[in-house]
Amino acid sequence: MASKRNGKQTVKIQTPVSIASSACIVGPKEGQGPLRLYFDEIIEDEFWGEESWEKAESKLLRETFAKIINKASKTVNDIQYVIAGDLLNQCIATSFGLRESGIPFLGLYGACSTMAESMSVGAMLVEGGFADNLICVTSSHFCSAEKQFRFPLELGGQRPPTAQWTVTGSGGVMLSNQGTGPYIKHVTTGKIVDMGIKDANNMGAAMAPAAADTILTHFKDTGLKPEAYDLIITGDLGKLGKTICDELLRNQDLDISSRYNDCGAMIFDLERQDVHSGGSGCGCAASVLSGFVLNEMKKGTLNNVLLVATGALLSPTSTQQGESIPCIAHAVSISRNLS
Amino acid sequence: MEKILTKQEYVKYVEEKSPKSKLARNMTRAFVVGGLICVIGQLISNLLRTRGFSQEIVSNLTTMIMVFLGALFTGLNIYDELGRFAGAGSIVPITGFANSIVSPAMEFKSEGYVLGVGARMFVVAGPVLVYGISVSVVVGIIYYLLRF
Repeated sequence: MASKRNGKQTVKIQTPVSIASSACIVGPKEGQGPLRLYFDEIIEDEFWGEESWEKAESKLLRETFAKIINKASKTVNDIQYVIAGDLLNQCIATSFGLRESGIPFLGLYGACSTMAESMSVGAMLVEGGFADNLICVTSSHFCSAEKQFRFPLELGGQRPPTAQWTVTGSGGVMLSNQGTGPYIKHVTTGKIVDMGIKDANNMGAAMAPAAADTILTHFKDTGLKPEAYDLIITGDLGKLGKTICDELLRNQDLDISSRYNDCGAMIFDLERQDVHSGGSGCGCAASVLSGFVLNEMKKGTLNNVLLVATGALLSPTSTQQGESIPCIAHAVSISRNLS
Repeated sequence: MEKILTKQEYVKYVEEKSPKSKLARNMTRAFVVGGLICVIGQLISNLLRTRGFSQEIVSNLTTMIMVFLGALFTGLNIYDELGRFAGAGSIVPITGFANSIVSPAMEFKSEGYVLGVGARMFVVAGPVLVYGISVSVVVGIIYYLLRF
């Protein structure tokens, strides 16, 4: 086995990979949610001065990217790679947003798991000595996602209680071989899990088995116990998916409930904000990570966190053809200490 | 995961676990709002009749006015809020039909007037038109044959 591998799906990051900076910008609805104080910037309207939602999403990603570099007191010339992706067809929010960046670019599609996926690839690149500094960033936009995946915004209709609300927001981090942490310790790459859910309005239930699978595998591969973490946080399972994931794990004799939360259930006030089961989208895990999690780590209230970003790998075409939803979850463990 | 639960078991488990729509509340809202829209239509229709229009013109004018109102309130970003509250109550009346055509037209304006507005305008209402017209043709033929 390759020396850095740690079990079937996990890689141990041995030379320190530090999260040098992070930033996030979110939409107005997220800016009214319970985490509003953690975000770097809250935009006032969904267009943000652009002509289309797609352009607005590109701008979100571009501005977040700039903020990440500024907060690390670096320049574009210090960055060797940018690893990014979004939800739109052909990842146009990302490629148009980073068009003028002039940095080698690796585009990813992991649906809403993109934040953890980009950090996984990024951590391995830095650890392997292929880069000093790189940026992992992702975005989603409620309006552009609705337009692509569902119905026009102005169409009057109701959503089922299991539906989730795509987060308008972008978040990202700079990974560096310098710096004082927090550090990425382990990367557990998920495999595609499809448990036969076909309802695109119930993504939480579709993705929960993938999240449970990755969490189980992470603990099996590393030999760690849930107590090793202050917080195990899934990407965007929402209220229902979170409950299911918790139950699936408990059936496997792994009880994480006391330290478990979900970005989708945290970013909105589920009672007050009419978002049904909670938030979703690439921007959900990205903004909760770079806003809430990393700020709390900086303060010292959180020391060890396992981020498990989840993605539903469907398309409108596959849904129309009656296919079930293949899902994925990638885990990245982050720690304030090196040992 | 499949080793623990089969797909069938999981789908069944999720069905039991998923919260259900609040049927009684939704149906009451749909009934009240749908009824109110019809009352407005009836008022317009009565008003026109007092102006001395024939029944055929009254029907056509009422339809046109209701479609206009549906389109107007869609453009004013009000109809989607109404739809979120009323569900089928605002989808089923003809104002909902107007909403289903105007909303994609607004949504896809950013792709231009030909490939955006023009091509996508019927993305929601298209199936209603196709099958509505097809069924009316079939019914018309049956009616024609039954007359003999």
